Amino acid sequence: MLLTFGGRGYELRAGESVLEGLARHGVGLPAACRAGVCHSCLLRAESGDPGEAGRDRLKATLAASGYFLACLARPVTDVTVTTAADVFTPAELLRRERLGADVLAVWLRPRQPVPFRAGQHVTLSRGGGVIRPYSIANRPAEAASAGLELHVRVYPGGAMSSWLAAARPGAGLGVGVPTGECFYLPGDPAAPLLLAGTGTGIAPLAAIARDALAQGHRGPVVVIQGAAEPGRLYRCGQPPGSHARHEGGSAVRWRQCVRSRGEDIADVVTAEYASLAEPAAARAYLCGGAGSVARMRRALFMAGMSLRSIQADEFTPAS
Amino acid sequence: MTTETTLFDRLGGPTAINTATELFYRKVLADPLLSPYFDDVDMDHQIAKQAAFLTMALGGPNRYSHRDLRTAHAGLAGLTDTHVDRVISHLAQTLRELGVGETDIAAVGAVAASVRDDVLNR
Repeated sequence: MLLTFGGRGYELRAGESVLEGLARHGVGLPAACRAGVCHSCLLRAESGDPGEAGRDRLKATLAASGYFLACLARPVTDVTVTTAADVFTPAELLRRERLGADVLAVWLRPRQPVPFRAGQHVTLSRGGGVIRPYSIANRPAEAASAGLELHVRVYPGGAMSSWLAAARPGAGLGVGVPTGECFYLPGDPAAPLLLAGTGTGIAPLAAIARDALAQGHRGPVVVIQGAAEPGRLYRCGQPPGSHARHEGGSAVRWRQCVRSRGEDIADVVTAEYASLAEPAAARAYLCGGAGSVARMRRALFMAGMSLRSIQADEFTPAS
Repeated sequence: MTTETTLFDRLGGPTAINTATELFYRKVLADPLLSPYFDDVDMDHQIAKQAAFLTMALGGPNRYSHRDLRTAHAGLAGLTDTHVDRVISHLAQTLRELGVGETDIAAVGAVAASVRDDVLNR
């Protein structure tokens, strides 16, 4: 199969994804999860068929316009592809704030509305072809007034995070199409909700908890914030140990969990699950580093929770 | 084709398979002899395979080929008859918990055992 990209032709081997094939030829595309989740490697086919696998994780409207994910796509014909620059909505940086030693909150104002559900993630694009996925830290109603809030783990020399840490208000960025399955589903307002996240994974979970309450959720809501060390528990949402009671009567219980103190977030979330009055109705939302999310998911499953009741969003560092 | 209803249909078809698969998979993961083979495998991928296996063993629409089974197990070192026996025993216990009778369980066990040579690559 011949892939044409940027005016040059590249031979793809049988069974090879577009991302793998281009990498073999020395062409690096932005990519993080390589599993169809983060959408960093979104491309668009101008001609030819990139194959079903590259489309089935996309919204129907994007797929119908020729977009596909390079990490999953295995073309079935010769294809000519371009970067998906036109899916990015131009946005400006409104402000930023340090929330912890290595966590920065940024607020962006897209030039056109970017519809999303609390808990979803977006890709950010800046000049030079740098594209990175981030979870959205606020609800649509909050974003409408304050701007789209993202919590960014700052890596020294990080192509996006260091740039954001130094960028001035007014700086221009592109905001991709929000995606992800980690969001509150109305319809069972009495269900217990367990939300457990490590690192900046807590940000979308706090937004989901607020979204649940705003939608009239009545069941118990437990948020567990995990970090490797005490200094990494950054300021996000409520203070630890607080019980915020909302008009609907539901209370959010917020607890923290630090690995260096010997606390394992997989044990903590499983213990919370086991102590629920109605575990069969519970839903879990897990977010953060891939390793901790996988361990929490497995622990909850082994404790009796159906995988169908668990929404998980794993963060993978950019390559 | 036979007009006799399969255990797959009597249990409730695809919906029941999802419940049975989770019960079964949980037993497999809890078994110290079997769990090391699953530690590094993506759970979603794995549970889809388990559902296909159960569908086959219960006489449902079969999309499981002997070649797939050979390929899937080819790279797993140290698999023996003991592992296969344990898997079949977890399957039987799963069905027991779902209220399936012993005659049906024996029939399912026989189907599962019929792929033993593919799994053990012999």
